[in-house]
Amino acid sequence: MALVLTALLPFIGAVLPALMIRAGRNACALATGAVTLTALVLLLSHAPAVFAGEVVHARFDWVPLLGLQASFFLDGLGLFFAGLILTIGLLIILYARFYLSKDDPMGRFYVFLLLFQGAMVGIVLSDNILLLLVFWELTSLSSFLLIGYWKHLPEGRQGARMALTVTGMGGLAMIAGMLILGEIAGSYDISEILKASEAIQASPWYLPALILILLGCFTKSAQFPFHFWLPHAMAAPTPVSAYLHSATMVKAGLFLLARLWPALAGTPEWFYLVATTGLVTMVFAAWVALFKNDLKALLAYSTVSHLGLVTMLFGFGTPMAAVAGVFHILNHATFKAALFMSAGIVDHEAHTRDIRRLGGLAALMPITATVAIVAALSMAGIPPFNGFISKEMMIEEAVHTPWAGNPWILPALVTVGALFSAAYSFRFIFHVFLGPKRDDYPHHPHDPPFGMWLAPGLLVVAVVAIGLAPALVAGPLVAVVAGAVIGGPLPDYYLSLWHGLTPALGLSALALAGGAILLWRYRPTERFWLALPRPEAKAMFDRSVARGAEVCRVVTETLHDGSLRRYLAILIGAILVVGVLGFLGKPHGPGDRELLEVPLLPLLAWILLIGACIALVVFHRIRLLALIIVGVIGLTVSMAFIYLSAPDLALTQISVEVVTVMLMLLALNLLPKRTPKESSLPRKARDGLLAVLGGLGIGGIAFAMMTRNVDKISDYHLAQSYPGGGGTNVVNVILVDFRGYDTFGEIIVLGIAALAIFALLDGALRGVALRRLNAWTPDQVRSADRHPLMLVVATRVMLPLSLMVGIYIFLRGHNEPGGGFIAGLVVAIALLMQYMASGFAWAQERMRLNYHAMIGLGVIIAGLTGIGAWLNDKPFLTSDFGYVTIPPLEKFELATAMGFDLGVFLTVVGAAMLTLASLSRVARRTEAPVSEQPMDVDPSTLAGSTPRDRLSGDAPGAPGTGGRGESDLGLPLGSDDSTREGR
Amino acid sequence: MELLVASGIGAMTASGIYLLLRGRTFPVIVGIALLSYAVNVFLFSTGGLTIDMPPVLSEDADGYTDPLPQALVLTAIVISFGMSAVITILALRAYLECGTDEVDTPEQDATVEEEESVSAQPSDAARGDTP
Repeated sequence: MALVLTALLPFIGAVLPALMIRAGRNACALATGAVTLTALVLLLSHAPAVFAGEVVHARFDWVPLLGLQASFFLDGLGLFFAGLILTIGLLIILYARFYLSKDDPMGRFYVFLLLFQGAMVGIVLSDNILLLLVFWELTSLSSFLLIGYWKHLPEGRQGARMALTVTGMGGLAMIAGMLILGEIAGSYDISEILKASEAIQASPWYLPALILILLGCFTKSAQFPFHFWLPHAMAAPTPVSAYLHSATMVKAGLFLLARLWPALAGTPEWFYLVATTGLVTMVFAAWVALFKNDLKALLAYSTVSHLGLVTMLFGFGTPMAAVAGVFHILNHATFKAALFMSAGIVDHEAHTRDIRRLGGLAALMPITATVAIVAALSMAGIPPFNGFISKEMMIEEAVHTPWAGNPWILPALVTVGALFSAAYSFRFIFHVFLGPKRDDYPHHPHDPPFGMWLAPGLLVVAVVAIGLAPALVAGPLVAVVAGAVIGGPLPDYYLSLWHGLTPALGLSALALAGGAILLWRYRPTERFWLALPRPEAKAMFDRSVARGAEVCRVVTETLHDGSLRRYLAILIGAILVVGVLGFLGKPHGPGDRELLEVPLLPLLAWILLIGACIALVVFHRIRLLALIIVGVIGLTVSMAFIYLSAPDLALTQISVEVVTVMLMLLALNLLPKRTPKESSLPRKARDGLLAVLGGLGIGGIAFAMMTRNVDKISDYHLAQSYPGGGGTNVVNVILVDFRGYDTFGEIIVLGIAALAIFALLDGALRGVALRRLNAWTPDQVRSADRHPLMLVVATRVMLPLSLMVGIYIFLRGHNEPGGGFIAGLVVAIALLMQYMASGFAWAQERMRLNYHAMIGLGVIIAGLTGIGAWLNDKPFLTSDFGYVTIPPLEKFELATAMGFDLGVFLTVVGAAMLTLASLSRVARRTEAPVSEQPMDVDPSTLAGSTPRDRLSGDAPGAPGTGGRGESDLGLPLGSDDSTREGR
Repeated sequence: MELLVASGIGAMTASGIYLLLRGRTFPVIVGIALLSYAVNVFLFSTGGLTIDMPPVLSEDADGYTDPLPQALVLTAIVISFGMSAVITILALRAYLECGTDEVDTPEQDATVEEEESVSAQPSDAARGDTP
């Protein structure tokens, strides 16, 4: 379990720096360091077991059906890399504390750093390739954030984008490769894959899988020709460069090569692909590095070169080369991180990284110079430092490896690479630290505070220690790591500075001498370099990105030119195509279920429905007529529900129909009443074709489905409805009990919809919309009698009756057709009728309910009822019921489902009322001031006797003639209204 | 009977799709309402059609219809009400803000928006450059 925690700790701990930054920069750095240190201690607690040859496992199922397990394992290789990541991470955290300036948001930096650290540790500890891919992508993302950390610098942003594009595309290729690999091996667990090497290498899919995985590794590890992103990523702050681009992320590709080495290596394909890529990268990047004037660019290309070296060693496919590769990873991590930090110190102190402006720093900053020179000598491969030993081993391997049958090519090219490597290392030493002091540094350089040189200093101690006593200091580690890479017995080797007079020693001496000569004759060499054509990778990259974007733009703009109608037509067309493809080649005639007879009445209803559909298309421009036809269709549908044994649906459909039509009528009041003729004939034909095809398709599917006998799961519901849910209306029991969770979600959605409508309309009372409303002139003749006497009286008489019906429907819902939904709609309609008949202001004044609260209360009641089941140790929303007798009444049933249904009821009433009330509120802005009286023509006032009448002068006056009376005064009409509404 | 229901669903779908593709918001709303009817009846019909067998338990019933699609459709009806209401109001607000009920943005407005977004970019960049 500690293993899982090791991988997850940096992710969990990433919260800390974000919080701790408030306590100051030191606290922030300390907290971050503590997280990393804890992870490191946890990791090292397993070290004794790993050194004893054990493999530590920890796993739990994540998505077992996909073969995705969150499984981790720790062997020598994992321990080595995880230790490297966490140790160098710790040093980087220390270094960054002093490197980042006061203006840099340090908390954010450490958050990104920890995320990255967690992703890296995850990669090296994963025992499942799918899990590994997740972490792999996470490193790409977090490194994007780190590289672009100085987001005010264009170079930083561009570098981050380029790194993400290149490594992200490689990652995509690798996903495909890994999936193939997992399919060949029959398992996605790395431990299983490593055992299946024979099956993998014999498979015809071996080569595609290999190429795809290598693409991922090579892009991540910046191998030629994907190397170009790494130098551009150097726009990042130096701690990032030192961490990501020397010690960890670029090593992820190498790690994977090592991890999969037992499964994939040893074939000619592996040798030629991996070893050749590594060789070319090593020589080419070393050559480029020699001429870079930016310190960090020099180090970046040098890193690429050394990564190539290790790649080549793994590519050889021999155990001895693997040992050398592992050893060089360790050595490179120590001296290169130290060099990056030294470069950062130089930049920090001298305010420039340009080699041409530096020189003679050894006298000014002796500590930094010592650290950097030792590290650079190790990089050049000079004894007695650690770089020398692994370089010797590498040349030794190259001497024994023929390339395409030729024994000379590899030794010769490797020596050339080592020569360039020595040359740029010497240049780093001589052109920066040695030579005469200058007096034109942009800033006077001196050694930094202790904290800043401590980290590189510690690394250089390691460089020297490993160099002097390799077998003692690094021997056991290299043995256990190499053992894990090879997955078999270790070859016979010993780590030591002196191997006798071997050919490798001679070639090494040759390289050093050549390197020295090259630096001595640097000017002419540089002129030669400048004369050579140098393809600019960034420009090529930018061009290809621009071309890709252009292609995408053309495709997108052809398909989606901004016209919503076009999107819709394409969408419907695409659905049709998919549907037709699905139909092809499958039997899709009618089934053999017995058909029902067709009596006369349904036939008439059908004729009505089809006629209404046709009429709607023909007359849809006359909007009021269209609404009426929609009403006809809705009523026909409810009749169909009654006929086809669905009383609940019919009740719901009718009440919803009424509310919907009311709503649309109110909206139509403010919208144009007619739709102009705009569509051209071809467009109409196209739409008609889509519509007819769509109708045929859906009708066909419905017919095919209805004529088949299928197994139903509802027998369970019918059987359990009464014993389990305590109700005989199975539909209602399903709603409030079996599928209560769905219903609970649904009322929440309904409530949200109502609130969204409120917000939309509330916003319409400001700005342009309000001006339009105030300037609105009625486009239709208004009735003189806005609130007809008959309607007012009738609705008022009906109100208690309707409420009674609503309560009745609510109460009987559990056992007979009805329930909270329908009751809510009935009550809402009864209340709305008051608004329609007597006017908004009158009704609003007497309506003491707050609809917002009603919606919330409904959801809360439903939720509490559900939670109540917990008290009974039952799952959420399990209902209970029993029978009670209250003396004067008969025995009746009480079910907890009723509480839930009450919640549904309240939400539905609240939502419907809030919707229509908000709409009326907007609509009032367009009207003349409406009388406060319930009736425009009030018989009781005609006698002219009530005092109220005299106060409100406009009541019996001329309703509907006011038009825009008040806006002429320049007052916003609603100002007084809104205070009244505010209650 | 099945043929009648299927053709009814088809007719409502066809009519709904046609209206959905019109260029003004109101026909689109009506089209969506029609499509919801079609979908609701379609869902309902997946249980198979039965006559005179309501899903209410009683002692003298010959059999019952499939209650599950009915429960699903009941919630679907209420949800489609919520959706219709939101798009109706959305259309209304759009009309009040833009002064037109066209579905597609008129060309003139589109170019104005583009210019605004173009002119907004440099100021963003300028803000980004001063940390």
